[in-house]
Formats: sequence, C-alpha cells, structure tokens
Amino acid sequence: MTRTGSHTGAQLIWECLIREGVTTVFGYPGGAILPAYDAMVGFDIRHVLVRHEQSAVHMADGYARASGRVGVVVATSGPGATNLVTGLATAMMDSTPLVAITGQVGSGVLGTDAFQEVDITGITLPVTKHNYLVTRAADIVPALREAFAVAKSGRPGPVLVDITKDAQQGRAELDWEAAEPIRHLRHLPPPLDPEALARALELIRHAKRPLILAGHGIQMSGARAEVLTLAERADIPFALTLLGLGAVPATHPLSLGMMGMHGESWVNKAIQEADLLLALGMRFDDRVTGKLKEYAPHAKKIHIDIDASELGKNVPVDVAIAGDLLAVLRALLPGVEVADRSKWLKQIRGWRGDSAVRDIKNLPDDGHLYAAHVMHDLWRLTDGKAVVVTDVGQHQMWEAQYYHHDEERSLITSGGAGTMGFALPAAIGAKVARPEAEVWVVAGDGGFQMTFAELMTAVQEGVKVNIAIINNGFLGMVRQWQELFYEGRYAATPILSPDFVKLAGAFGIHGQRVDTRADLAGAVAAARAAEGTALVEFRVEQEDSVYPMVPAGAALHEMIRRPSASAIAETGSDPV
Amino acid sequence: MPHVLVVYTDDEPGVLTRVASLFRRRGFNIHSLTVGPTERSRQARMTIVVDAEEATVRLAVEHLRKQVNVLEVQQLGDRPKVVRDLALIRVAAGLDVRSEILQLAQVFRANVVDIAGDSLAIECSGGPDKIDALVDALRPFGILELGRTGAVAMARGPRASPERPAAAPPPASNQAMSV
Repeated sequence: MTRTGSHTGAQLIWECLIREGVTTVFGYPGGAILPAYDAMVGFDIRHVLVRHEQSAVHMADGYARASGRVGVVVATSGPGATNLVTGLATAMMDSTPLVAITGQVGSGVLGTDAFQEVDITGITLPVTKHNYLVTRAADIVPALREAFAVAKSGRPGPVLVDITKDAQQGRAELDWEAAEPIRHLRHLPPPLDPEALARALELIRHAKRPLILAGHGIQMSGARAEVLTLAERADIPFALTLLGLGAVPATHPLSLGMMGMHGESWVNKAIQEADLLLALGMRFDDRVTGKLKEYAPHAKKIHIDIDASELGKNVPVDVAIAGDLLAVLRALLPGVEVADRSKWLKQIRGWRGDSAVRDIKNLPDDGHLYAAHVMHDLWRLTDGKAVVVTDVGQHQMWEAQYYHHDEERSLITSGGAGTMGFALPAAIGAKVARPEAEVWVVAGDGGFQMTFAELMTAVQEGVKVNIAIINNGFLGMVRQWQELFYEGRYAATPILSPDFVKLAGAFGIHGQRVDTRADLAGAVAAARAAEGTALVEFRVEQEDSVYPMVPAGAALHEMIRRPSASAIAETGSDPV
Repeated sequence: MPHVLVVYTDDEPGVLTRVASLFRRRGFNIHSLTVGPTERSRQARMTIVVDAEEATVRLAVEHLRKQVNVLEVQQLGDRPKVVRDLALIRVAAGLDVRSEILQLAQVFRANVVDIAGDSLAIECSGGPDKIDALVDALRPFGILELGRTGAVAMARGPRASPERPAAAPPPASNQAMSV
C-alpha cells in the first residue's frame, strides 16, 4: 500500500464514477466496502439504499434499461457480493450494461477464508462479461474505466470490479488520461463485409414472403428509425421478440406482435410460412424458435447481430452479418428497393382475422376478472404510455400480449434469465432513471413476495411506482405446465399471500383490492392519483392459462390456440 | 476431429481460468492446453487442442474473441503446421535391457536425461503420434512414470497476421504475473 498520492482509493472510486457520468448508485454498505461508503459523503452522487443486494442489481438493471445508461451497484464482500449473482446473471442474459463494485477483504488475508471473504471474481466468472480483482489503489481508475468501456461496448453486459479494503484505503494519483481503456477495442466487430451486404440485399429483393424478426438489439443500437425505413420501403412486416416489444411501435400497420412460445398464432404461422427471415438484434432463443428442426423450414435467413458468437449458434443462417445494427442498416438501406408485398400481408391479415374470434377482449364481462382484461384496460387507461416493468410468469406473457408498447424502453422484463422478483426493484430503478415517466409494476403474487421488502426502499427514497399484483393464488405459469404436461398434479404451486392491502398499509402506501372488472378503472385511477407508491391487488381467475402456447419442444406451428370466443360464450369454459 | 487453436492472451492472473471455463461451460473436451510466454512482453500463448465439430469450434473461437484478455485467436485447421509434444518417460531398465532401451531411444531421437540404478528417464519431443509410438515401444519394459506437456503448435510459413487489431494492454490491474 502506498502512502503517497493525492487521493485515497475510496475517493478514486467516486471520482471515477462521476467522470463516467454516474449520478446514482444502488447499494448496501458493509465492512469491506466501508472506506468507499465513508468517502461517498463528499461526492455528489445519489445512493439508493436497498433492502437486499439482489434488488440493488435489479434496480441498476431497470435503471440501465429505462435510460440506456450504465447501471451501477455497490455491495460489500462475502454475502453482499454473492447476493449479486442472480442479478448479474439476469443482466448478462439480457445484455444490460452494468458495473458492480464490491468490497473485498484486505489483500493481506486474501485466500485465508477471512471474515466475509468469498472469491467473487471466481463465482461471477460465468455471469459477467468481465471482472476484476483490484488490490492496489493505483489500479482502481484503470479497472473502473475499462469496466465501463467493456460494459457499454459491443454487446453490453455486466462487469464486476472487486476492490480490496486496503486498496480503498491506499493512496494514488488520479491519472485519468493514462487509464484510457483500449483493450475492449480489440473486441469490437470487424468492418462490414460488402459481399455479405450484397447477398442480403439480393435475398431481400427476391423474397416474396419476408419477415423481420425485431429484437432487443434495435433499442440498444438506436436503430428504430432505420428498421422502420427498411420495413416500410420494402413492405416487410415485423414480428417481435419479448425484449423487442417497443423497439418498433405495436400500433404500426406492419407490426404483427410477439413471436414464440406465447406469441400470437398468426405471427408464428407467418414465420413458418416465410421465405425470408431478417433477424435484427435477436438471438434465436429456444422460447422464440420452438423445435429447431422444424423452424421456418422455407425461409432463407439473414442474421444481423453485434455478437458474432450468436451467428449460427442455434439456427443455421444464409447470411450472417456481425456488426452494430445501426451501422449495418445504414449500409444496407441505400440498396433496399421499394417493394409491394400486399399479397403476403393480406395472407397474414387473413390468419389474424381468424384469430380475432378467439380474442378474450371480444367477450362480454361475465363477472369474473381475467388477467388479460387487467392488462388490456391498463393499456387503455394509461394511453399505452406507461413504462411497464414485469416480473416473470403468466402475467408477464399477458402483459406482452395485451399491453401494446409503442415507445422504446417502455417494457422492462427479465427475458433470458426469467428472474422472479425482478419487477419491483427494476421498476424502482427505472423510475429513478426517468422520474417523469409513469412506471407500473406488473407482478404475480409469487414473484412479488420474493422482493416486496423493496417497498420500503421506494418509500424511503420517495419513489412513486404503481404496482399491479395479479393474484391468482398459484405460481401460475408452473401451475399451467402442471395442468398441461403433468396431469394436473399441482405440486407446490398453490401459494398463500399476505393481505396485500394491509401490507401496503404497513409500508404506509396506498393499497386497494379489485375483484371485478367494473372496479378496475377506479382502482387504477386512485393508484395513479396517490402521492407515493401505490399497490393494487387484482384477484383474477385462479386456473386461467396463457394462450396461445407452443409446448416446449414442439414446432412453432403446433400451437395450442385460444379456445374460440363463441365456444367459451356457450360453455363458459376457460377463455384466454 | 481434433482442432488446434492458438490463442494469444494478456499475461494476467485468472486468464487461464477464463479460457478453460469457457470450454467447460459448453461441454468441450479439451485434449490439451499448454500455456507459456511469447515473443511479446506481458503476453501468453496458449495452444488448445479440442475435439469437436467444425461449427462448434467456430463458435468457440468467437467466444474466445469476446474475452477481454484475448488478443488474437488462430484456428490452424487444415493449414500446414508444426505440432509438438514433450514427454519425460521413466522406464524400468535393468542392466540386461538397458542397451536395448538406449537403441530404441536413438531410433526415436530421444535423449536420456537421468539414469538410476534400475531405471532411465528419457526425454522425447515430437508430434503426438511419435510420442505415442515411443510410449508403446517402451511399455513392455515397464513405464514407471510418464509426463507429457500436451501440444504446442505453430503454422508453417510466415507468421499469420493478426486477424483483429491488437491493442496494447493497459497497466495490469494486478502485479502478479502468470495466467
């Protein structure tokens, strides 16, 4: 440890964050990070104190997804650091730019099983894009600068910087320029291959039934306008991934809706019938493709992704282009010809019309409350303008189906990892990032109980989020699988909940319960009008299932469709 | 089919784990992985021999290229290359067979590097096939100890130019050397 130098390592951490443009961090103090917390007092940075470190990462994640900036989370060594793992994995799967700073025991006792010591760089190796163990004050700035560069560049992701206590206490000069990160530049995509671009244009020109698969990469690359230009000029409809929702407007005439396991039947049918798939910033996840052997059998495939390791990983493609989507589209667009594909669009509209009779929205109110109604009405009541942060499960899919997102970064959800407990903390992070936005949490009764302690964080921080709990008394998606694939044996899926209204009262926030569709609008209005965070519990049909559904392992066209509305009206059976 | 990858990395703690765990996670069987210093300072060179399909290896290469610590990846593939393995073999060698073993070693251009009362230690370098053959030839005498390095490989001809621009590493975040 050097005794010279103008700053302590702890001060360097905050200096560095401020220079990186960080205004807010989410964290929880502890012994090994105490020097950093002590130094924080002298810096103009907002610290959001969470109730559990897992929530701190989710908050930083929600913050990053809502704003496009890098989310920052701070935790102590040992259990503080290990509590970050789930959140890091969540961010890794969904490519969220995050920097996690963890305290570590003194370098002199590293490896001795000292109090609150864990090998966090070892533990987080597979769930971070990169990580660092810093043992000297002089290495803090280079490590943090590189961490931010790595988190943001290429395919974004989480980076962890583990800093020993003595490195925080040591002293060093702040040499910002000398710490200019360069290594990450090695990993930026290579120059575009003109031959691949030409082949892509050729395929687009000759396609009769083309389809754009719109993914998360569109929002991350800022390529929305270019994607719309491409679609409109070449008259190509787009299907969206879960994380792609909002990337292009849901109400756009060429927008078909979500694809995949719980995608709309006409979208999946269009994919199976297409003769060209133009995959933009998406990664052919198994929830999107269904059975790979029968996926889009007639289609040529063009795949554009910034991560070359995604190209050809799951689906063999005819043209693979590694690159930033915006740059690729700008290179492609001059060669894209105006086309008329009305025949193909008409065919898709036919399939869509066929499905309309199965739409629950066409059902008269039978006195029961269905989650689909809640989502549909919430969409109407908020003019489709809210930032919705969902948890994971049935409600997540209903949200994706019935809340139509026009704006970018207006749906925040754990897609890749499927992390329950994500919604409430991520929503707090999103609201901190965009205080002017109306933020709604949509959570199930199960996931909400995983992290509802963060209600107190929202109260302490004065953050207003509106919470819709879709309570069906079950771990609903698991129950649905048990019903369909495990002969209805509901092993460990019925779940009791506390009185959510009383719970809201205990946290000092507005709480309300809704049992009928008639009471829905009033409750939503009251929640929106309430001063701080507000909670509405929707008691919905218990054994309602999400349709359409592609059973795991089945091909996309082997969907279980929604029961038709007329059939439901006659029999009164399960309608969604 | 075995594929030979040459990977240049920063010489920093933990890099070997990063590279190895990347293969572990994807269920690759690594035949051999050797690491050592290179002609460049603060850089290590790994030779990795894996048994996998062509497409899988291509993905592995892309994953390697994403690693912050990886400078350059060469997939030697079908290119003409030199692949060498080093073996130290201690073989039982009573006086009655000693000259026979020495002759064998000569045939393989192997050197005797240690002599004990009833054993010889032989050093041999060459392609993996040659070492296998020597080991087979010595087996009847009784192999007491065998150590092999795994392959070190290099393409023939001029040095393959880096496939990506290689930026210089920043100050190491840790003083300790070695991957």
